Amino acid sequence: MKNKIELLMGNEAIGQGLIEAGCQVAAAYPGTPSTEILQAVIDRSKQAAEPLHIEWSVNEKIAFEVALAASYTGKRSVAVMKQVGLNVAADPFMRTAYIGVKGGMLTIVADDPGPHSSQNEQDTRLFCLQGRVPVIDPASPAEAKEFIQPTFELSEKYELNIVLRPTTRICHSRQNVSIAAPVVLHRQASFELDTPRWAAPPAFLPALHRKLNTNLEKISIEPDWQPRLTPGDNSQPRTALVASGVVYSNLVDLLEELNLSNKIDLYQVLMPYPLNPDFSRNLHEKYDHILILEETYPVIELQLAHPGAIGKQNGAVPREGELTPDVIHQALADFLNLAPPQEMPEERRGQRPSLCPGCSHRTAFYSIKKCFPKGIYPSDIGCYTLGMNLGAVHTVHCMGACISQGAGFYQAYQQDEGDFPTIIVTIGDSTFFHAGIPALINAVIQQARIIVVILDNATTAMTGGQPVPHMGIAAGDKATKAVTIEPLVKASGVDFIETCDPYDNRRFEALLRKADAYIRSPEGGVAVLIAQHGCIMDPAVRKAQDSFLVTIKDNCIACRICVDKFECPALSMDKDKNLAVVNQDRCIGCGTCIPVCPVDAIVKEEKS
Amino acid sequence: MKQQIIVSGIGGQGVLFLTRVIAQVAVNRGIPVLTSETHGMAQRGGTVLSTIKIGDFASPLIRTGQANLGLLLWEENLPVHQSLLQKKGTWIINTTHNNDRISIDAAKIARNLGNAVLLNLVLLGAAIKQGSLIFTAEECETAIKQLAPKKFIEQNLAAFHKGLNS
Repeated sequence: MKNKIELLMGNEAIGQGLIEAGCQVAAAYPGTPSTEILQAVIDRSKQAAEPLHIEWSVNEKIAFEVALAASYTGKRSVAVMKQVGLNVAADPFMRTAYIGVKGGMLTIVADDPGPHSSQNEQDTRLFCLQGRVPVIDPASPAEAKEFIQPTFELSEKYELNIVLRPTTRICHSRQNVSIAAPVVLHRQASFELDTPRWAAPPAFLPALHRKLNTNLEKISIEPDWQPRLTPGDNSQPRTALVASGVVYSNLVDLLEELNLSNKIDLYQVLMPYPLNPDFSRNLHEKYDHILILEETYPVIELQLAHPGAIGKQNGAVPREGELTPDVIHQALADFLNLAPPQEMPEERRGQRPSLCPGCSHRTAFYSIKKCFPKGIYPSDIGCYTLGMNLGAVHTVHCMGACISQGAGFYQAYQQDEGDFPTIIVTIGDSTFFHAGIPALINAVIQQARIIVVILDNATTAMTGGQPVPHMGIAAGDKATKAVTIEPLVKASGVDFIETCDPYDNRRFEALLRKADAYIRSPEGGVAVLIAQHGCIMDPAVRKAQDSFLVTIKDNCIACRICVDKFECPALSMDKDKNLAVVNQDRCIGCGTCIPVCPVDAIVKEEKS
Repeated sequence: MKQQIIVSGIGGQGVLFLTRVIAQVAVNRGIPVLTSETHGMAQRGGTVLSTIKIGDFASPLIRTGQANLGLLLWEENLPVHQSLLQKKGTWIINTTHNNDRISIDAAKIARNLGNAVLLNLVLLGAAIKQGSLIFTAEECETAIKQLAPKKFIEQNLAAFHKGLNS
């Protein structure tokens, strides 16, 4: 068939590439900027030539292990996650380097230099250097897709897991991408027993480690993965530029704009680890001055250890943040003594994000803050992180940390004389399944007295609504068994469990006070409140709930409570009239702001 | 022919859809295109920015002072993103008041069509009317039909035409 060209987002291109390469098991946990990769595999699964199992796993460790075992049977598999997801999967990931795989296995880890939507900007390439795992760094969506088939081949040749590392600007960029028919591999699952390998005890590990090191040396000189040179015209003698990933693309456009294309030797590093020692030697011999541009940590720079190289280690390139074209321009101008770029305007932040109008998290947070103004509020990763706009989120760390942090706060306070503060933990439903359950069990057996509010909106909202275990829906809207939250909480040893829709603010606040009384009672322990209301981004949820015409009457006293403390984006102050007003374009007519007003100026009526 | 475009707005306004429509026109013409988009947390009502580079480029990002055209869906973003535009670049702005740039009350037009979110295509129509894009109205209509969910195609085309005839 003739190759078709489609406009694809990097993540869609990667998903398409996985199907074309004959991947048969794909597992992921959603996380920006990686989420749309598995979604694309789901959306395009009809193209698959052979059976394809796709799953939203409960967390990244599980996704990795599912894909790993599938590879043991000889089939091609992939685990997909964001950069901090690899921390969760680190345990199996590190051992896999030694043990290896059978069928091709890729781990696609999307990094987030900036960061735009993450709790740090760690560099997966450095993680791979530490874990001794080869890593490929594509420079565009089309290249990311193009690399998938040969990366599977590389994985099979050496029986090693290989990482493909796109970054946000690859994942969330669109480009013309060519589509091909999937390969047909005719593989039947066949797990060949090799206990000294698949269950390798310590005695076998030095040999496996030795084999890994030998393989890494061979991989580093694989011809297809060598740095690509665009030669200069020798007008800048003994000078070179070295870049990888999207930074390379930014540099290419910049050189073009500055009329410097093909004037300076330019290397694109495709595989930042393991770096070919001959490449390193070559750079040492041929160049005195090298500028190294890479995101986010100095991985190539560390391996090259070139005395004339500048980059992140000497501060010639910023050590943090994204290497945008403007940032590169400054570094390049300094390196080549070019005219300095025009002064950068002071960076200005735009509108901050907020919980959506009608989001039930807002009403839950408002009630929590109202009931326990002096409470401690550990929270977690998800839309509800935005509860910090309401002052109802005090800590955010990593998936599932809020429950253990809540317990830790309690242990520290309870040692001292006097009363302990009320600690109200908020955690989303998907995060609870991901890493909250062991933390809850731990809080129970350590007899922590805390309130855990599970903000159950029946979806993984932040990443666009992936299915959660308690809804009985799997990837691709397939029906599956539902694992419900309440019995899990009960089985974790929690004796106080209540469920409530936080839209019913009176009942929710009464339950919060009851929970506080419980944790302070002699038999008290962990109290769990399940705050249940569907995500308002789900059109079915919107359709199923009443929608009123909400307006503000003239008796508004301009106290700003609804605007600042409730912080609904549909509410703002009319400066001329000095009244709060409802933006009808954004209001969804839920009426949850009504109880917030101290003078009952917010009213609702049936829509005409 | 090269063109660098920014689309600026807040999450929920349809910045992504507008970005896709413009990029799809380029693909339909067989011209290389690259976009970058804002996904994740900022989509919850925060400032979002798309960049679109049409022609022979390697990277999707736009440097300060390089964009030829800015489509501004949320006027308050102007101080945040104006530095990306060339000095002689064109802004087309959704706003309720006139200023020295090309202004159109796209939200009002969209609201009259029944949905404020349609302002994205009203703005696209206005851009085509001004000759600010290298594309024709027919090409945009084709892309809108390709990308819009079936039941919203008519509504989307109506919004585009309102902008075109504004």
